[in-house]
Amino acid sequence: MDSLKMESLYLGIVLAPLIGAVLSGIFGHWMERRVSHIVTIGGVAISFVLALIIFKDTVIDGNNTFNENIYTWLVSDGVGFYVGFMIDELTAMMLVVVSFVSLMVHIYTIGYMQKDPGYKRFFSYISLFTFSMFVLVMSNNFMQLFFGWEAVGVVSYLLIGFWYEKDTAIYANLKAFLVNRVGDFGFLLGIAAVLLYFGSMDYAEVFAGTDSVVGQTIEVFEGSEWSVMTLICILLFVGAMGKSAQVPLHVWLPDSMEGPTPISALIHAATMVTAGIFMVARMSPLFELSETALSVVMIVGATTALFMGFLGLVQHDIKKVVAYSTLSQLGYMTVALGASAYAAGVFHLMTHAFFKALLFLAAGSVIIAMHHEQDMRKMGGLRKYMPITYWTSLVGSLALIGFPGFSGFFSKDAIIEAVHASSITGSTYAYIAVLSGVFITALYSFRMFFLTFHGEERFHKSDDHKPHETPWVVTGPLIALAIPSVVMGAIYIEPMLFGGFFGNAIQVAPEHDVLSHLGESFHGVFGFVLHGMMAPPFWLAMAGVGTAYYLYMVRKDIPAQIAKKFSTIHYMLESKYGFDRFNEIFFAGGARGIGGLLWKFGDRKLIDGLIVNGSAYGVGKMASVVRYLQSGYLYHYAFAMIIGLVVMLGWVLYR
Amino acid sequence: MIELTDFLILGAILFTISMAGIFLNRKNVLILLMAIELMLLAVNINFVAFSHYMGDISGQIFVFFILTVAAAEAAIGLAILVLLFRNRHTINVDDLDELRG
Repeated sequence: MDSLKMESLYLGIVLAPLIGAVLSGIFGHWMERRVSHIVTIGGVAISFVLALIIFKDTVIDGNNTFNENIYTWLVSDGVGFYVGFMIDELTAMMLVVVSFVSLMVHIYTIGYMQKDPGYKRFFSYISLFTFSMFVLVMSNNFMQLFFGWEAVGVVSYLLIGFWYEKDTAIYANLKAFLVNRVGDFGFLLGIAAVLLYFGSMDYAEVFAGTDSVVGQTIEVFEGSEWSVMTLICILLFVGAMGKSAQVPLHVWLPDSMEGPTPISALIHAATMVTAGIFMVARMSPLFELSETALSVVMIVGATTALFMGFLGLVQHDIKKVVAYSTLSQLGYMTVALGASAYAAGVFHLMTHAFFKALLFLAAGSVIIAMHHEQDMRKMGGLRKYMPITYWTSLVGSLALIGFPGFSGFFSKDAIIEAVHASSITGSTYAYIAVLSGVFITALYSFRMFFLTFHGEERFHKSDDHKPHETPWVVTGPLIALAIPSVVMGAIYIEPMLFGGFFGNAIQVAPEHDVLSHLGESFHGVFGFVLHGMMAPPFWLAMAGVGTAYYLYMVRKDIPAQIAKKFSTIHYMLESKYGFDRFNEIFFAGGARGIGGLLWKFGDRKLIDGLIVNGSAYGVGKMASVVRYLQSGYLYHYAFAMIIGLVVMLGWVLYR
Repeated sequence: MIELTDFLILGAILFTISMAGIFLNRKNVLILLMAIELMLLAVNINFVAFSHYMGDISGQIFVFFILTVAAAEAAIGLAILVLLFRNRHTINVDDLDELRG
């Protein structure tokens, strides 16, 4: 297809959800509920179809990638701010994943938000989110990337606080916003550094200009020289840490579960939180030039992958368990990026988007059936009431733990192998972390699965309150997501990891290229599965499932005993390693303390006391002394004049 | 022959008298006005004397201006004085301290 036609396709994919959002958001007042979901779903469906066309054009037909500015926002001092699109294999894949999951979530929302008064507002927000995410992934420059980055942040804020009458929701969205500001601060500094050293914000120009920057150093603190590349990469990664919820900026993600379940699935599991992973993969030509930055990425990711998994073990809220599993899986992706296996990270991003959206939507389906009860201790035995949700959850859980043949197996195994093959600093730690993470993942996933669907029924049962299978708008998306959760891995492992699927979108330095190393021993999908079934991750996962079965189905008294016996560890997990408390005391308390001091001394004493009231008081005090000179008698004034005259004359004459 | 210094001494004496009048007089605003007039005249004598001995007429022209202004000033001063007496029923200087701080 000619490029002009493609260009209008690219515009269409971005604008269709935006139009839907505007119609439903601004003109929703005059619409019926039905119309509002038809326009938004229509917009996203158009985007999905266009995304498929683009995917076919770019990936399957292998046409050249598109990279052009289509609108000049402004040019300042030689630096242009453009709106432009870069469409390559990475973008095309992200577009399909985002639009597909978004479409499923839109449809699911009809069922989930059925009785909610904010129905139209919700549709407007999620369409707006889809628009922002498209802008983010299609951007060809840092400015537009940052716009998309912030726009998804805003929508995330709006949606976490969707039920704005709930106190906890308001605190959660505030927290998410503030923590993301910390990350964005680093990100913005990173973009500024890119602009400073490369003189451009266009991806292609920046990637082409790395040669001149690679040797330069910068003095960050007095006497410490940093390589510019390392600094830029770490700053950009700080942004990714905020958006993709890596330790220690992960604290907002579990709290974001205050929002309605569809957005937990769409934004806080499948798409937005993977923006950081996408960004690092997009910046692979930069990250490849700094081994230090890669090590940082890997260690942060490994820590997140393992330690956030542990937290999933002690949660009782069904959504919180899935949230911690999201954190852990994001950690896996980050580890893959650190190991220079960007393709594996993005591959896991894709499979994770499907099975995690599935798990969240299934959890939401359970929540609907339980009449908005989220505590797993009050569930159990739901299998016979909700067969579709049960089977799709099973698919999602198996994909999550990496059961051979399911999509998660391929991506996760590839990551573990890639880390194993990597030799940069921290790779040993990361390997141990991701390997033990497999056991933990299986344990918490199946703990949730058994507690929810098996065992005795712990909910209150009455005739009119019996759990029931959810309507087709809910189960439909579950089934639609279950299919890619099973097959996507097997289909795409070979082209994505070893077959040059990504073309030039991802660049890896030869000395870091662990994936081609893996590719040498890759002999087809079945070989990979067979090999996987003999490798430690598979047995660890099975051990995790077995342990979960034993602890939560056979000997239900043991978990409580373990909690009692290792009360310190249990307490540590319950308090989430104290990150929240630390932030509460150190940052929030510190800020309040500094604020209090500034208020007391700076504001009350210095400004109010000294400058405002002090100057007035000083004038008054001085005037009360000086006024005695003003006697009112003419001869006093005359005398003063004469004395003054004499003194001045004397001074003029005798100086 | 009358020297320039004689005129200057006369001017200084007149000026001193008027100054003493301003300082010492605690009773009457009218006397204050007269003292000020006298002060101006002392200055005028200096002007005329210098003008005469230096052969420059402009000093004497200046004196005419000063006399005119002095006359106007006396007229305004007296008018104020009349109003002051009408309002306060006194022209005693010691009683007029409205402007005291």
